[in-house]
Amino acid sequence: MSCWETFTDYALRSIGIGAKLLPKTDFTICQQFTLIGSGLIWNVYFGALALLFGFVLANALALARIAHSPWLRKPAEWFVFVFRGSPLFIQFFLAYELLVMLPRTGIELFGLTLTSSWLTKAWAGALIVLFLNTAAYSAEIFYGALRSIPKGDLEAAEAYGITGFAKFRRIQWPTMLRLAWPSYTNEAIFLFQSTTLVFFSGFPALSQQGDALYYANYFADKTFNPFIPYPIVAFYFVLLTLAVIWLFGRINRHLNRHLPQNIRSRIRLRPQLIR
Amino acid sequence: MFAACATPKVIEGLTWAMCYLTSGKHLDFYGSFVTVLLLLAVTAPVAMALGFGGAMAARSQIAPLRWFGKAYTAMVRGVPDIVYFLFFVIALDQGIEYLNHLRVCEDLSQPVFRGLEFHVCAEAKVPPATASPFMFQAYSFGLAVITFAIVFGAFVANVIYGAMQAVPRAQLETAEAYGMSHGQVFRRVLVPQMWTYALPGLTNLWMILIKATPLLFLLSVKDIVYYARELGGTKTQAYDYPHPDWRLYYFLGLLVFYLLMTKLSEIVLTRISNRLSKGQATAAGEAMRKAAI
Repeated sequence: MSCWETFTDYALRSIGIGAKLLPKTDFTICQQFTLIGSGLIWNVYFGALALLFGFVLANALALARIAHSPWLRKPAEWFVFVFRGSPLFIQFFLAYELLVMLPRTGIELFGLTLTSSWLTKAWAGALIVLFLNTAAYSAEIFYGALRSIPKGDLEAAEAYGITGFAKFRRIQWPTMLRLAWPSYTNEAIFLFQSTTLVFFSGFPALSQQGDALYYANYFADKTFNPFIPYPIVAFYFVLLTLAVIWLFGRINRHLNRHLPQNIRSRIRLRPQLIR
Repeated sequence: MFAACATPKVIEGLTWAMCYLTSGKHLDFYGSFVTVLLLLAVTAPVAMALGFGGAMAARSQIAPLRWFGKAYTAMVRGVPDIVYFLFFVIALDQGIEYLNHLRVCEDLSQPVFRGLEFHVCAEAKVPPATASPFMFQAYSFGLAVITFAIVFGAFVANVIYGAMQAVPRAQLETAEAYGMSHGQVFRRVLVPQMWTYALPGLTNLWMILIKATPLLFLLSVKDIVYYARELGGTKTQAYDYPHPDWRLYYFLGLLVFYLLMTKLSEIVLTRISNRLSKGQATAAGEAMRKAAI
């Protein structure tokens, strides 16, 4: 089997297109590269969508945390504490058990029957967990940024008669984003890396459609040789990280475009770990 | 455990709950919390030592040692660490088996890596196939500890290297001006002052280490996640204590355990941080000085 045939068979295997069976014997480097790369589709899917939805919720949470009213502040603090204080791994398990407990037949609501079985699938269930998790981590970053907006900027805004929501929209929010962006970039990289946990925790990979690490582990188990599949995963993730850095760097430049060159905030890559 | 628990099918209510929670498997479950704490207790100091060594190597005057230190600290950037966890454990396991293979196997004519696969003879398996289940557990736990220590050591090395760079240069130059040798400057000036800069990073790492402990489950150690899944699963009438699927509650228990650990560490580490900031030329130290006046 040529490498091109392998590619057409397995390049979209992780989303159920192509050959049905995974290779069983005589593994080639080409198969490993193709299948692990195919699994990466899931990592990108989870990372990108969780980041997108998480960004919105994180803004709301950061605002709630800085609010004076304890009715807003306390729930947001607890949310952030629970999601940052416990392992993502446990959150996945817990979410899966919780979602499995929903009635099979669906939930009756105002005469409509809402099906719930799709929630136990990784594409939805794991996405919800990742979304809530990244929202909590990003909320902490945005909260810190909101608190470190220079006092002078806010006073200047008020002196110009910019108050209330206009002040938030035109001064506070853009400044918060600008200050938070380098840390938020790290959070994004971190999130993409933690997508590797999805198929390793509660959510089962249906008909062997898993993420990059799932296939790497498959090969390592079959060949008893970790020295090929895991470095391939590492290689793909370095590429993914570089892509994220490039994209977020572009946005960072856009956010800083009004500032003189020497006081622009730069993105510094900090090594990140398990969450 | 208790006499009342001899016939679990007939007892009810509180007695049932008490008997259920003290069954043999549950005692193992409580024991697995000790496994997790043990992992933390062993890994933290070893990772600190490795990290300190790595940071010292990265600052060394000797080029090869410096390269090694820099490579070690750079190792963990950009790649998901779970990949390291899975990789290191198998790599260590195979490394040990390979050395054993060279030592005990009679037939060395076959290469160990055949194609993409790994084979050693039956005698070279570690631990031997006849070993007790406890030995298997202890061996995987040992591998897990070494892996955690190496990976977290690299993180610690990063933090400590940064902290050593953060100590004001003038302090070191002053010490040199007083005629201290390299070693003396290092021991008397650099290291004592470094901690206040290193602590935020180390605090962060400790929290991450706590949250990384469920990975033991992936390394096939029977840890709290394993028991929570075992005990929580549906038990039919064939078991002494039949019950429906309770895994949710067991995992809620684990969640509370981790949240408590996090909260407790937060309180203790805040105290240490305040203690270390005392009299330091940093913003925190300055704030404490002003508060005291």
